[in-house]
Amino acid sequence: MLAQRVAQILQEVGDPEIPTVSIVDLGMVGAIQADGDRVLVELMPTFVGCSAQRIIQDQVTEKLREAFPTSTVAVRFELSQPWTSDRITKEGREALRKAGIAPPGASLDDVECPFCGHSSTVLQNLFGATSCRSLYYCSHCKNPFEAFKPL
Amino acid sequence: MERWTIEDVAQNPERRQLAAELLWQLADDDLLMGFRDQEWLGLAPHIEEDVAFGSIGQEEIGHAALYFGILERLGFGTADDLASLRSVSERRNSVLIEQPNGPGHYLESPRYEWAWTIVRHYLHDVWEMALLTALTGSVFEPLGDAAEKILREKRYHLAHQELWMRTMAGHDADSRVRLEDAWRRAQDWAGDLADLGPYSSALESAGLCPGVDSVVRHYHERVAEMARVLGLPEMRMQTRENGRRGEHTEALQQALDTLSEVYRLDPTANW
Ligand SMILES: [Zn+2]
Repeated sequence: MLAQRVAQILQEVGDPEIPTVSIVDLGMVGAIQADGDRVLVELMPTFVGCSAQRIIQDQVTEKLREAFPTSTVAVRFELSQPWTSDRITKEGREALRKAGIAPPGASLDDVECPFCGHSSTVLQNLFGATSCRSLYYCSHCKNPFEAFKPL
Repeated sequence: MERWTIEDVAQNPERRQLAAELLWQLADDDLLMGFRDQEWLGLAPHIEEDVAFGSIGQEEIGHAALYFGILERLGFGTADDLASLRSVSERRNSVLIEQPNGPGHYLESPRYEWAWTIVRHYLHDVWEMALLTALTGSVFEPLGDAAEKILREKRYHLAHQELWMRTMAGHDADSRVRLEDAWRRAQDWAGDLADLGPYSSALESAGLCPGVDSVVRHYHERVAEMARVLGLPEMRMQTRENGRRGEHTEALQQALDTLSEVYRLDPTANW
């Protein structure tokens, strides 16, 4: 299936800010339509103001053009179905943890430390260096860390 | 329910003009808010807050870009041009949002006021959330989708400003005085914030903004509740100029000069 090949290729595109986590595992890939002539991919922004969007769009377009040189490639961000943090896959959550970022919990108080796994964590600031993350402190292992905001 | 696509609106002059009236207000409020936020770069009370306010400002500008993007698809010109090149009288942001962060210029001895910044941002967040909540039911589908999406992010902005308000109200006598002073001054600028301007009833009857009266009521109720909780006086919002009618203060021209200067330097910059 052509659409499956497209999905495989997208698996190699990482978030520019967290390159070890693919945009597929972040749940950012929506509808994929592919036939012999054209490849259409709809992406869902995690946060509207996220500056990584254009970079991701360019990377996806470039990779698909390489893989399907004779097809028309269209990649666009769509809002018709809003991205929510439960779209992050199990693999995505694990990859975030490995990168030192706590995956989103059910609420802002429901965050496990990515280093020691403890849940005795304290929210320090809602806004970290990027839109999608907050700053926390782990009272158990005494490490500051970032956590993905639940949306 | 009937839902209008971009084409349904772009090809109908009356719908197109009405939708634009609403989008200018949303886009211009967020653009100016993001601009004022980003002027705090390097000046916020502490380093974490500097980072936080930078992120909030970036999100405001991102939201503005989304609204301008819808206007672009309706054929009003490119989003970047709409953000940077429109004149003062074409702007529909509230005059509250265009006011400076405080005396001085951010390059030369700024004496910005944190309490004023937080109170103003708080009012903006409460208004935009009340409005977006109604707009999730807008007949104009792309606007409804944008509202749905932005609302989820916006509640974090509001939570951030509310936390600061509570902190300043309870921290010490000095922070309390500053908060009360900012609260009093804001009421003399906020009169046009919760106002959809001259097309208010047309926006409602067309289904572009359902329930205008209840949006305004929700806004006032939430602000009044905050005043009660913090023991602040009831806010009597008024204003001389009405930004929703294209009336503005000198502060807007100064802000736009800086904004478009940046744009003219690099028209390809990512907004
Ligand atoms: Zn820990």
